[in-house]
Parts: sequence; structure tokens; C-alpha cells
Amino acid sequence: MSASDPSVTPVAARASTDNLVEIQDVHYSVNGREIFSGLNLAIPRGRITAIMGPSGTGKTTLMRLITGQIRPSSGRIVFDGQDVPTLKRADLYKLRLRMGMLFQNGALLTDRNVFENVAFPLREHTKLPNSLIRHIVLTKLQAVGLRGAAGLEPAELSGGMARRVALARAMATDPELLIYDEPFTGLDPISMGMIVRLVRQMNYALGITSIVVSHDVEELSILADMSYIIAGGKVAAAGSFVDLKDHQSEIVNQFMNGLADGPVAFHYPAPDYFEQLLSRTV
Amino acid sequence: MRSTRSIEISTGMFVLLGFAALFFLVTQITNRELSVDGSSYTVEARFENIGSLKVGAAVSMAGVTIGRVDSIKFDQTVYKAVVGLKINSAYNRIPSDSDASIMTAGLLGAQYIGITAGGGEEYLKEGDQVTLVQDALVLENLINQLAASFSGRKDEPKDAAANGNTEESK
Amino acid sequence: MSQVAELASNLREFVRMVGAVVLFLLRMLGQIPRLIARPRLVVEQIYNTGALSLVIVMICGMFIGMVIGLQFYDILARFGSEDAIGVGAALGLLKELGPVVTALLFAGRAGTAVASEIGLMRATDQLSAMEIMAVDPIMRVAAPRFLGGIIAMPLLVAIFIAIGLFGVQLVAVQQLGVESNSFWSQMRAAVGVDDVVDGIVKSFVFGVACSLVAVHEGFTAIPTAEGVGRATTRTVVISAVLTLILDYMLTAVML
Repeated sequence: MSASDPSVTPVAARASTDNLVEIQDVHYSVNGREIFSGLNLAIPRGRITAIMGPSGTGKTTLMRLITGQIRPSSGRIVFDGQDVPTLKRADLYKLRLRMGMLFQNGALLTDRNVFENVAFPLREHTKLPNSLIRHIVLTKLQAVGLRGAAGLEPAELSGGMARRVALARAMATDPELLIYDEPFTGLDPISMGMIVRLVRQMNYALGITSIVVSHDVEELSILADMSYIIAGGKVAAAGSFVDLKDHQSEIVNQFMNGLADGPVAFHYPAPDYFEQLLSRTV
Repeated sequence: MRSTRSIEISTGMFVLLGFAALFFLVTQITNRELSVDGSSYTVEARFENIGSLKVGAAVSMAGVTIGRVDSIKFDQTVYKAVVGLKINSAYNRIPSDSDASIMTAGLLGAQYIGITAGGGEEYLKEGDQVTLVQDALVLENLINQLAASFSGRKDEPKDAAANGNTEESK
Repeated sequence: MSQVAELASNLREFVRMVGAVVLFLLRMLGQIPRLIARPRLVVEQIYNTGALSLVIVMICGMFIGMVIGLQFYDILARFGSEDAIGVGAALGLLKELGPVVTALLFAGRAGTAVASEIGLMRATDQLSAMEIMAVDPIMRVAAPRFLGGIIAMPLLVAIFIAIGLFGVQLVAVQQLGVESNSFWSQMRAAVGVDDVVDGIVKSFVFGVACSLVAVHEGFTAIPTAEGVGRATTRTVVISAVLTLILDYMLTAVML
């Protein structure tokens, strides 16, 4: 598939300024609530980029924008030179073959087993003979360590296993970009370690560009070459992990160090405490 | 997950069963239109009043269906209903002086044409006219008859009332 | 004044919903050429909506037929024309009970299954995952279920009516002693192919309506457990109401 293209595979050799995805001055709002107001960020090719931020800052929305599932109110989202929001349906679908995404819970198709889940994109997009599909699927499952689980149903998998199967599925079409949406949430330390290892392995061994959306600061500190913190609809801070730890901004400080109170207030907005206690109305 | 093969088998069974049911409905419970299979000949009968006779109604002799009402037209010159009777060619020995009357099957049943054989030597053939006819019973006429004969006879009203019922419940 | 504004916004919302459903329908219809190339997807759904509804449709058809047998016999016996039971039952089943009751059963059995299945796929990101894999969920998920429903419904209705007539016959002829010959012959004399066609047309329209509602409700379900539950309930309610409204409209046109 596309990754067999020789211009793509030796990505590490490319200059670090070469960006696979660039987000330029993106505005996006839902029902009048502004989620992004002038977002700018770049995803370097062949690297692992972390996107962090407090809950509700639109991290998942950003993923949906990059994959073209939703369109911004304004701004450009450029994937390898193509402006995603302006693409026609057919071109967008062609572009998506170059992307893979790992959903929080795996999003495995519940009506087929592990093997068929991994085979799904191959069967949909290629006319490969069964023997070759079997070969590819087993290779991908071996890479995530689940070749032995090929016959299991999605319901029989643990959370970590489901995510690994989903990763094998996302890899089936050999994408250039892999997006991980909250890959560490709700996993035990062992599964978490496995996922961390896989993210690195996919990135370094196969030269895949990775975007990891998460708020697990500790895991990201091991993984990320480049990090963005999004808050208030904009990039609040960007740089390596070391840069972020010493960042001046209060919100970045609060997030990186897990402080209970700060720009993201502990108290939900409410009327004055004593006044409310004394008054008879609710 | 059930195997593809068993899904295909049950789907096939379902679809075939569905078409079988459809075939049953179309062929086994409907008969109104056609049913004069093969060759036939058409004769005409003129009625003052055909009541609720419909195209497709049976034409029967001695209770056996021998044909169908093929057409119903109104003739403006004589102010009569012209009914075309399509009769199966197998029944080609119906005397031409036979009598055609409009009857009702059961109490709620549809109207049909009953033919009573005459005594003539000549038989009906394509394009002939049945001259002896008896019209459909009409409720108003029955009531008039009933009113006229009310004082005279004792059992007649009961009969007429029953007949009136026939018309009413249509 | 605020009531006027509220009414206006409700009206606008209704118009928007109608528009959304129609656009959704058109998008599904646009996928038909691609589905013809992959009939297996539709066959799977004929199985899910049709074959799996078969048992309930057959049982209900049988009992409704038997009830008609009892009721019609009782009514017609008052006029001394029990023989006409075949006519009444056949026309009643063909033109009304068959299509309507089957559509209601379909909404309850297949419609809810489709709505909850798609809703669950929405809630667990399976539809999004398909989109990212460059597989159009409308083509892969919605359209096959829609077409499967449309194909299955008339077949289910035909089966329902045939079994129903068997039930009528069972009660009227076998049990209550209506003469078998006149039962069938009167039925045949009074029922035309156009009556069968009426029933099939109705079932086709109901099939389109119920399948569209189920697929659309599933697709637009709020992606939570509660949202899926609500979509399932709405599927049954909307399908039932729509079926009866359409039934009135079709009957008015056909008579």
C-alpha cells in the first residue's frame, strides 16, 4: 500500500522542519460555543507529537478536524500539502487511507472476530486474494502480540487487548500518520506499558508520524518528541517536555504539575457561598 | 457470529417462502378476472338493470361456472345495460333461447349471471344475443311491490323483507 | 410573542428534520449501484431483518387469522352468510391487517434491532472508525439495512397473509364447519389480483418508512447508552404512527 512508496519510508532522514500536518489559524465552534479560536500547530513528519490539555478543550475535536470528519469555520488544515476541509469526498477518502486512528475504546466492529476486524480495511479497499490477506493480518497481529487471539470475538478482549487489535487494524493499510486518541485511559500499568512500547515501535521501526492525544503527562514524557498544550481554544504552550515543565504560563504549570486550583478553577462558577446559604431560594 | 453459509441458507429459505406465499396469494385466492382459459366466445345480453354486477363476475349454468362477465356498457339508444359474456368454448351447446338472469351468491355474495337452458335446437355462438333476461332485484322496486301487496297476502312481506335485506347489506 | 417564537422554532426544527431525513435517504439511494456490486451486504441484512422476523410474523399471522375466523363467523352468522367468511378474511388480511400488523411487528422486531445496533456502533465509535478507514458508513451500514428491510417487508407480509388465511380456514372450515368449497370459491370470486397488488404496494411503502426510520434513528442516536435506548424507543413509536398515517393515506388513494 501507500507506505511501500520509497519516498515515505525513510522518514527519519528528512529534515525536522518537514511537517506532515499543519494547522493554520483554525476557528471552530459548536452551537455558538467557540472551541478553537485561532489554533496553530504543526505535526513534524516521522516524530511523535503529544497533544495535551485539560478535559473539554477539544482534543478529540482536533482529531476529527485533521481526519476531515468535521470542517472548521475558518482556517486551513494541511495534510502533506492538501487542504483537508476543501477536499471532495472521494479525495478525502483517498487521503484517509494514509491515516490510521486508534480510538479510546478500540472501536472494533462488534459483529466480527479479531481476524476479520484487522482484515476489514483490506477487504474493503483491495481485491487481494484470501491467502495474502491472511498473511498480512497475521503479520499485523504478530506485531501487536495478538496473533494467538485471532479467533476471539471483540467482547472477549480486555481493554488493552482491544486497543492493540485496533492498532493492528489501523496498521493494516500501512498509513503514514497514526492518531492515538487517549490510548492510556483506563489501562492497568502492564497494558499501558505495552501500548507505550507499541507507539514507539510503530514510530521508529516503520517511520510513522504519530499524534498522541492524552493527558497522561508521565507516559507522554517518555514518548513525545514534541508537545502541545491546548487551552482556551489556542495553543498555550509548545515545545519539548523539558520546556513545558519550566513554562511560565499558569495554565501550563497547573496542567503539568496537576494542581487542583489555578486558571482551571476548582469551583464551578457559582453565586457567593454565604449569600446562597443565607437565602431561601435555591 | 453465525457462519456465512447458514445465513445464506436461512435467507434463501425466507425469500423462497415469501415468494411462495406471494404466488399462493396471486394464484390461489384470486380468480375474479380471468379464468376463462383457452378459447372462448362472447355473447351479449341486454338488461334493464344490472344492479351491482361487475366485470369479472361469474357466468354459471346449474351452478357450474362456464364463463365470466367480460364487459359492461350502457347503450344510449335503448337505455339498457349491455353485458358481454365470455363463455368457455367447451360449453358450445347452450340453446340460443336460454334465459340469463342476474342472481346473488349467498346473502352477502357478489352478483353473477345464471343461465337457464332453453329448449331450442340452435346454440349460442360468438356475437349472439341472449334475448331472454331477468334483471337484478332492486330494493326500491321490492319495497313498492311490498307496499302494494301488504294488505293482500300474509307471507309475502317476510320474503320481500329478506330480499330487501340482501340489497341493503351490499 | 414568545409562544409565536417557540412555535416558529419548533416548525423550523421539524422542517430541518424532514430535510435531514430526505438527504439521508438520497445518500443511501446513491449507494445502490455500489451495493449491487456487493449483494452479500444486502443478503446479510435480509437475513437480519427478514429471516429473523419470520417466526414472530408467522405466529402472529396464525393467531390473527384464527381470531378473524372466530369474529367474522360470529358476525356473519347473524346474517346467515357464514360462507362469505373467506371473502371478508381475505380482503381484510390483504388490504389492511396483513400490511399494517406486519409493519408494526417489523418495527418492534427488526426496526429496534437495526436502530440499537447502529446506535451502539455510533456510541462505540465504530462508525467513526469506518470513516477513518475510508469506508462510508452510509454505504457499509445504513444502505444495506435499509434495502434489506425494503426487500424483506413485502415477503413478510405475503407470508403473514398466507398463514393468516390458513388460520381463518382452520377455525372456520375445520372447527366451525363452514363448507370448504364455498369458503374458497366465494373468496376467489370476490378477490382480485388488484387486491393483492394493493396489499403489496402498502407493504412496500411501510417497508420504506419503517426501515428509513430505524436506520436514521440509529445513525443520529446520541452516542450514549441512554441515547441508544431513546433511539430504539423512538423507532417503534415513529414507525407505528407513520405506518398508520400512511395506511390511511394509501387507503384513501386506493379505494
